[in-house]
Amino acid sequence: MEALQIYWWALIALLGALLVFLLFVQGGQTMLWSSRNEMARNLMVNTLGRKWELTFTTLVVFGGAFFASFPLYYSTCFGGAYWLWMLILLSFVLQAFSYEFRRKQGNILGEKVYDAFLFFNGAIGCIMLGVAVGMLFFGADFTVAKGNLTVGSNPVISVWNGSHGLEAMTSWRNLLLGVTVLMLARTLAALYFMNSIDDGEAFQARMRRSVMINGAIFVVLFLGFAAVLLTATGFGVTNDGSIVAVPYKFADNFLELWWLGALLALGVVMVLWGIVKTAIKPGYKQGIWWAGAGTVFTVFALLCSAGYNNTAYLASLTDPASSLTIQNSSSSEFTLTVMTWVSGFVPVVVVYIAYVWYKMNAKPVTPRELESDHAY
Amino acid sequence: MNDLMSVVDWSRAQFALTAMVHWLFVPLTIGLSLIVAVMETKWYRTRDEKWLKITKLWMKMFGINFACGVATGIILEFEFGTNWSNYSWFVGDIFGAPLAIEGIFAFFLESTFIAVMFFGWKKVSRGFHLAATWLTALGVVLSALWILVANAWMQYPAGMEFDPAQMRNVMADFGEVAMSPVAVNKFFHTVLSGWVLGAVYVIGVSCYLLMKKRNREVAVSSIKVAGWVGMAGILLTMWTGDGSAVEVSRVQPMKLAAMEGLYRGECGQGLVGVGILNPDKKPGDDRDAMLWGFEIPKGLSILAKHNPDAFVPGIDDLIDGIELTADGDTIHTVSYAERIEAGKRAQTALADYEAARKAGDDAAMALAAERIKADYQYFGYGYLESPYEAVPPVGLTFYAFRIMVMAGGYLLLFMALALFMVYRKQAWLDKKLVLLGGLATIAIVWICSEAGWVVAEVGRQPWVIQDLMPSRAAISSIESGSVQFTFWLFVVVFTLLLAAEVSIMVHEIKKESKRNILD
Repeated sequence: MEALQIYWWALIALLGALLVFLLFVQGGQTMLWSSRNEMARNLMVNTLGRKWELTFTTLVVFGGAFFASFPLYYSTCFGGAYWLWMLILLSFVLQAFSYEFRRKQGNILGEKVYDAFLFFNGAIGCIMLGVAVGMLFFGADFTVAKGNLTVGSNPVISVWNGSHGLEAMTSWRNLLLGVTVLMLARTLAALYFMNSIDDGEAFQARMRRSVMINGAIFVVLFLGFAAVLLTATGFGVTNDGSIVAVPYKFADNFLELWWLGALLALGVVMVLWGIVKTAIKPGYKQGIWWAGAGTVFTVFALLCSAGYNNTAYLASLTDPASSLTIQNSSSSEFTLTVMTWVSGFVPVVVVYIAYVWYKMNAKPVTPRELESDHAY
Repeated sequence: MNDLMSVVDWSRAQFALTAMVHWLFVPLTIGLSLIVAVMETKWYRTRDEKWLKITKLWMKMFGINFACGVATGIILEFEFGTNWSNYSWFVGDIFGAPLAIEGIFAFFLESTFIAVMFFGWKKVSRGFHLAATWLTALGVVLSALWILVANAWMQYPAGMEFDPAQMRNVMADFGEVAMSPVAVNKFFHTVLSGWVLGAVYVIGVSCYLLMKKRNREVAVSSIKVAGWVGMAGILLTMWTGDGSAVEVSRVQPMKLAAMEGLYRGECGQGLVGVGILNPDKKPGDDRDAMLWGFEIPKGLSILAKHNPDAFVPGIDDLIDGIELTADGDTIHTVSYAERIEAGKRAQTALADYEAARKAGDDAAMALAAERIKADYQYFGYGYLESPYEAVPPVGLTFYAFRIMVMAGGYLLLFMALALFMVYRKQAWLDKKLVLLGGLATIAIVWICSEAGWVVAEVGRQPWVIQDLMPSRAAISSIESGSVQFTFWLFVVVFTLLLAAEVSIMVHEIKKESKRNILD
């Protein structure tokens, strides 16, 4: 059973890591308004528009997989941090139809409003997803009492003691992670544009500048977050099963699980290399792959550290005994086994996505292509 | 308690709103994806440019609609957690799996290959593009499969057992969950109805093109493809509808009774063809159920049991419990008062189990577990205060069922007429009244489709999981004011979304009608 729980936490971490990489779509959406050149803006939108559904789908699958493998998290955090999840939801709903509608005749609201929706999704989506992940490290105020199920007048088992997510949105540590995610997404977006759009040297130069500025801010914020995380008090499960506060819990996790620490370091180096090489080498367009892979490694390691090594991945600051661990919040052994067989199909999914990505990105997007049948 | 009911009502309203708006887009996606794939296949096989242009025309409409389905679909997934958190724990072990499988098998397929569909014309080969179109259509159907498996499980919880230590249901047999007869029937009935809706949409818009007299060949060719898809769809929808009625009578007899406004059943029960319910009628009183009605003799017994003399119970029969012999079979159902007692016993036993677990008393735990098991099938009734709470809204279920059935019958005639006209009487396609009828049918098919879901979902109230959990026990710990706020927020967003989609489609259709599409 424990192996299944560890496997599924790894899959959740991997999906989360891929999602953060794919947030370059959201990061790109926040850069549209800074482009005064309409053609450049439309090129950026159409480049992102071919990938938005992949990001969206990864978010949906991330949610579905979390529900299937750790339903107590879904029950506790989604119902508890109501406003946070509703805000995330709203931002992605607005995104979903904005690409398709923005330049269509009769779209009622006008192109600028749809572009504003894309900006809203880009900024709020990234920050709030960061806030939601922040709770995995810094905890929240809630209690879980499964016995309530037999209390007919009030049978709800998970009770959130804060302001239903508003408190998470105003926590500086969660916000620090949220803004860090946003700046990473913007950096990745600029790198992706350089790789995917063919619109002359001026465009490339502008994107390179964007990589340098956003990348520098991201690095500063990430260092700040890393310092906060590595000095933070986490919650761990003791030998007798009780859950207690443990100073420097996440630093301990990276030291005790050395491969996680190594993966984190490798990921950070790769992200930095993608940014630095793009900044110093004119004409270099492959930075997205270094930074993208580095993002996946880094986020995977961070998310693993939230749940492994007897760590409570959603600590209750009200009642530590209510904290969620991968052991006490998972699905049954039977369900995890069934889902593990299903997950055997994931490599097939990865292969066909990679193949289609390769075929569709073989040639950069050009202004001429926007005259085709289907353009955003 | 008042606040609890208010939270329940607002949460239900929000979920119903989201589901109904989502269902405006999904069946069109299901139907159009198939029709577009058939059209592109014709182009691939004949290399006739006409079919390429027709394919691109309907693909454009597909694209406008698809994004709206995606936008509203994610809300449903999130709302299971945000608004139905108790539900998410109580059955998440079973219910979460189909959602995750839907994501892995279906959503990635759709989202990956739809990009090739729209942007790959000059980037991939003809064969690759055709494969992408079919794979997108397959992804749409697979998505429907797993979400309908999940929905069917809520109506007929199978393949699970209750784990008192975790206070939740756990999966015991994945095959029973995925392949239950209710799930199989629901899947085919729903997906095939999507074919019908997509077909009516294509025929209706083609009628508009015919009215504008510029793209006759496009319209006639489109009606031919859509007509066959629609005819196959409506015939098979009716067949699976018959299967659904049998399943409902078996696993949700109260829903069937509400669909018929039937309070006291009998052997050889008639089926109300058309009727007006008595609005003052309440379960347990002596008033007539119908103010007026036209009944088909033995119709309900045939529909529900495939036996003209079979007994079909009514609402009062089910509440009181039945013990009688018909056709040599003893029909026995437990009264709802007894079920409530049994449910409360199961809940008390669960509380005892939890107390024993905390005290480390293994013997007491084993005894309590036996008591839970004995009464668990009625666990959800323990939350009810009166047997009458287990009766769904009869009026809404009754009328929605009739709207669905009558509209379905009309759609069969419509498909037959459409095929007859394009193959035998094309001159009729010049008559404005015929074309207006085709256009108006677009509204009818949507009403029919939504009515079907009203029957399925309103008819199963108060259960979020049949017999095991009423909606009032499935909620999150949140204030009703918060849910009210998000409800109205979604009303605004959905209104904008819908208005924009309809407006864009109308603009696109008008634009297409003003040019020669085949040029």
